[in-house]
Amino acid sequence: MAWTREQMAARAAKELRDGYYVNLGIGIPTLVANMIPDGMTVTLQSENGMLGMGPFPYEGEQDADLINAGKQTITELPQTSYFSSADSFGMIRGGHIQLSILGGMQVDEKGDLANWMVPGKMIKGMGGAMDLVAGVPRVVVVMDHREKGGDPKFLKACTLPLTGKGVVDLLITDLAVFEIDRRGGGVKLTELADGVTLDELRACTGAAFTVAL
Amino acid sequence: MSRKIYPDAASALAGITFDGMTVMSGGFGLSGIPENLIVALRDSGAKDLTVIGNNVGCDGHGMWLVLANNQIRKVLASYVGENKILEQRYMTGEIEIEFNPQGTLAERIRAGGAGIPAFYTRTGYGTKVAEGKETRQFPNPDGTLDWYVMETGLTADIALVKAWKADTEGNLVYRKTARNFNPMIATAGRITIAEVEEIVEVGELDPNQIHTPGIFVQRLIKGTNYVKHIERVTTRPRPTSQESN
Repeated sequence: MAWTREQMAARAAKELRDGYYVNLGIGIPTLVANMIPDGMTVTLQSENGMLGMGPFPYEGEQDADLINAGKQTITELPQTSYFSSADSFGMIRGGHIQLSILGGMQVDEKGDLANWMVPGKMIKGMGGAMDLVAGVPRVVVVMDHREKGGDPKFLKACTLPLTGKGVVDLLITDLAVFEIDRRGGGVKLTELADGVTLDELRACTGAAFTVAL
Repeated sequence: MSRKIYPDAASALAGITFDGMTVMSGGFGLSGIPENLIVALRDSGAKDLTVIGNNVGCDGHGMWLVLANNQIRKVLASYVGENKILEQRYMTGEIEIEFNPQGTLAERIRAGGAGIPAFYTRTGYGTKVAEGKETRQFPNPDGTLDWYVMETGLTADIALVKAWKADTEGNLVYRKTARNFNPMIATAGRITIAEVEEIVEVGELDPNQIHTPGIFVQRLIKGTNYVKHIERVTTRPRPTSQESN
């Protein structure tokens, strides 16, 4: 049976390490914020200029001057710091953020990621996604394994315009987990959702992979 | 009265707007946008504007007011969602949008303000963003090579910023995540106009805590009637008295 959104986020949370500075994307990655293991110190960065993101505010305590990258109201923590967007992306591009967990539209076996535009449709923009994948040393993508129509999203080569080339280290889908060597060393299947067979997975995967379960 | 302080947003913009000019405006979404100056820019009627900022407002708010008044020809931004008019005019070709990765946009503005004409970044290499731009390799500390894209610095005829407090010399302090693009934009305007919630006398702000030194600010106003619309109010339930015990 396919993993739920919560199970995918829980798997992504296993990539956290004590002391990490982490940037979480919008959607399933946001759920990871609630899954930091007890006793582990993880500092969440918000690309609009904040380190040490706290939980959502209590009703009535929201502050228009305090939002996250998804424009949601949030709160600060005792260790919080604020800074400009240039400093924020200095952290990101400069490799100071250890881990980024992002959503995706397509990933391919070379670690290329597409998650910002579909030709012919309205383009909203890449926001900070291109900077994150270019600058963060470890990039984890969490996405459904198939399109709504059933087509594979993990491909031999992305067909949509890229967000970054050779940037994905780990792909977590609702069916499986893959380790990707972003320097071109291939893909390893390391985990399979309960009740999903290898044949079923192969049938809905465009990328080539070796099995290392 | 300080030579920099103007009575309101309209007078601060009077005589310096013109058709075809480039305007930068601070803010991330609607947080930290210069609300009063945006209204004055709309009322100035200046057309064919190139607008540089992370976003272009959203339906009914912020830079959307200038957009809806048919004053914008071109936009440089990283994200333009939740903006139906912009969507329509982009699809019909009435407005040109140059999408910039958010960090590249922030750095282009920082570079422009700091007198740096261009720089190289890894961001966007191998994507549409790099098309037509110079690329070259630089070594990593371990000796391996990575590809980088040349990006150019940006400046503007007028830069509009929002800060929390200013002193009469134009030294600025921002509040929480409303800082965002404002500090870089303040440096990149030929004329920078700041609007703030409170203007204090010199000496009242701690010089150690100034975010933008007054040298970057040519004109200053105290804003009024702040709406500070929140795009996504997100809250959590209060703990019951039992839980909080």
